[in-house]
Amino acid sequence: MRRNLQTIVALVRRGLNEILRVPVAALPGILAPAIFMLGMVAVFGKASTLEGYGGVSFLAFILPVSMLQGAGFTGAATGVNLARDIERGWFDRMLLAPAPRPVLLAGVVASASLRALLPATFLLAVAFALGVDWPGTVEIALAAVLVMGLAAAMACYATLVALRFRTQQAAPLMQMGSFIAVLFTSSYAPRDLLAGWLGAIADVNPVTHVLEGARQGFVGDVTWAATWPALVATTGLVLVFGALAVRGMRRQGL
Amino acid sequence: VRPVVVALARRALVNALRRPQFLAPLVVFPTLFLALNVGGLGATSGLQGFPEVEGFLDYQLAAAIVQSLLIGGVTSGIATALDIEGGFFDRLVASPTPRVAIVLGRVLAASVIAAAQVVYFLVLGLVFGASIQGGVLGVLCVLGIGIVAGTGFGALGVLIALRSKSASTVQGIFPLVFVVLFISTAFFPLDLLTSPADVVAQYNPLSFIAEGIRQPIAFSNELVPMLEGFVAAVVLTACAIGFSIVALHGRLRDA
Repeated sequence: MRRNLQTIVALVRRGLNEILRVPVAALPGILAPAIFMLGMVAVFGKASTLEGYGGVSFLAFILPVSMLQGAGFTGAATGVNLARDIERGWFDRMLLAPAPRPVLLAGVVASASLRALLPATFLLAVAFALGVDWPGTVEIALAAVLVMGLAAAMACYATLVALRFRTQQAAPLMQMGSFIAVLFTSSYAPRDLLAGWLGAIADVNPVTHVLEGARQGFVGDVTWAATWPALVATTGLVLVFGALAVRGMRRQGL
Repeated sequence: VRPVVVALARRALVNALRRPQFLAPLVVFPTLFLALNVGGLGATSGLQGFPEVEGFLDYQLAAAIVQSLLIGGVTSGIATALDIEGGFFDRLVASPTPRVAIVLGRVLAASVIAAAQVVYFLVLGLVFGASIQGGVLGVLCVLGIGIVAGTGFGALGVLIALRSKSASTVQGIFPLVFVVLFISTAFFPLDLLTSPADVVAQYNPLSFIAEGIRQPIAFSNELVPMLEGFVAAVVLTACAIGFSIVALHGRLRDA
C-alpha cells in the first residue's frame, strides 16, 4: 500500500514538474478558457438581462463553464502527454515497473486533478478582478472539488484515447470529447432558455449536473439538492472512464 | 507563372485531402459553435436592439462562415510551415519556379477550400431551416465575399508561416481566431456588445466582412453592407498577399 502511494506521488510529481520545466506548455490550457470567458462576456453579456438568468451577471454565470473547460483541457493534455510518452518509449519502460496498472493510472490522473486548479485559480482571479462577488469558502471548495473530479474523469477518457491510438495526433479527439461534454449542457443559458434539442441533450448529459453544482455558489446559494447530483455525476464519470482506462492499461504489453 | 501556380495549388489541395486532421477543424469547430449558439442563445434574439430576423440560425450562419474561413487561414499557414520544416520549400526555391507562384499557389488553394466552406455552411443552414433572404443573387454575394475573405485569411496564414518558419508557432495563433471574432460583430449586433468590445468591433474589418455575408442571408440584398464587406475582404486580401510576397523575398534574402 505504501509503495503504491509512493508510486502515485512520484508520478504526480513528474506531472507537476512539467509545469515548472516547460511553463509555456501550460499557457494554452490557462489562456484558452480565459479567452473564451472574456469573449463570451464581451459578446453575449447582455443575454443575462433575459428573464431566467435571475439577474445574475453573465460573467458569474459563465465562470464555472470556463473552470470546467480548463479542467477538460487539463485532462486532454494528460492524454497528449501520455501519447508522447508512448511514442518515445517511456511508457513501455513504466509498464516494466513492479507497480499495478491502476496505480500507474492513479498517478497520471491525480496529477491532472491538481493541475486543473491552475486554470481554475487564474479564472477566479480574473473574474474577481472584473467584479464577480466572492461566493464563500465552502462554495469555492465545492467548485474546486468538482473541477478536480471532472479533470480526473477527462484524464481517464484521454488516457483511453491515448492507449487506443498511441499517437499525439489523436489530440483533437481528446480535446473534442471534453469540449462537447462541457458545452452541450446548460453552459450558455439556464435549461429553461435552451432550445428543445439542446435541453434534451443537457438533461441526459451528466456534466450538466457537475456544471450546475459548481455554478450554484456563484449565482445563488448552495443547496444539497443541487450538490448531490453533481457529486454523484462526477464520481460516476470518474468510475466509468477510470474502469475503461484501467482495462486499456491492462491490455498494454500483452 | 499561371501553370506553376495551378500545379502548386493542386498539390496543396491533394495534400489537404490526404490529411483530414487538418481539414476537419475547418468544419467541426464552427459547426459545433453554430449549434451551441443557436441552441443556447436563441432567446437573445428577443432582446431589445436585436434586429428582426426570421430565425437565430439565419443570423449566426455568417459567424460560422467567418469562423471557418479564419480557421482555414490557420490551416493554410500550418501547411506552409510544414513545407518549410520538411524541406519542400527549399527545393522549390532551388528550382526555376517563379517566386511569386510559391505564395500564389498556396493562396489559390485557400480560395478553393474557402468556396467549399461557404457552400458547406449554406447547405447546412438550409437543411436546418435557415432561409437565404437574398435568393440566388444573395448566395452569389455570400460566395463572392466568402471566397475573397478566405483567400485573404489564407494569405495571412502564409505570411505568418513565412515569418515564423514553424508549424507550432502558426498553430499557436489558433486562440487568436477567437479573440478577433469576439471583438467583431460576427456573433452579435454592435448595439448589444459590451464595452470595450463594441468600440473595437466598429473598426474591425472582420465586422464588415461578417455583416456583408450576413446581409443577404438574414435580411436583404442591400448594397451598402454587402459592398463594405466585399471591399474589406478585397483590401485585406491585397494587403495579406502583398506582405506575404515581401516576407517571401525577405526569407530568400536570409537564405
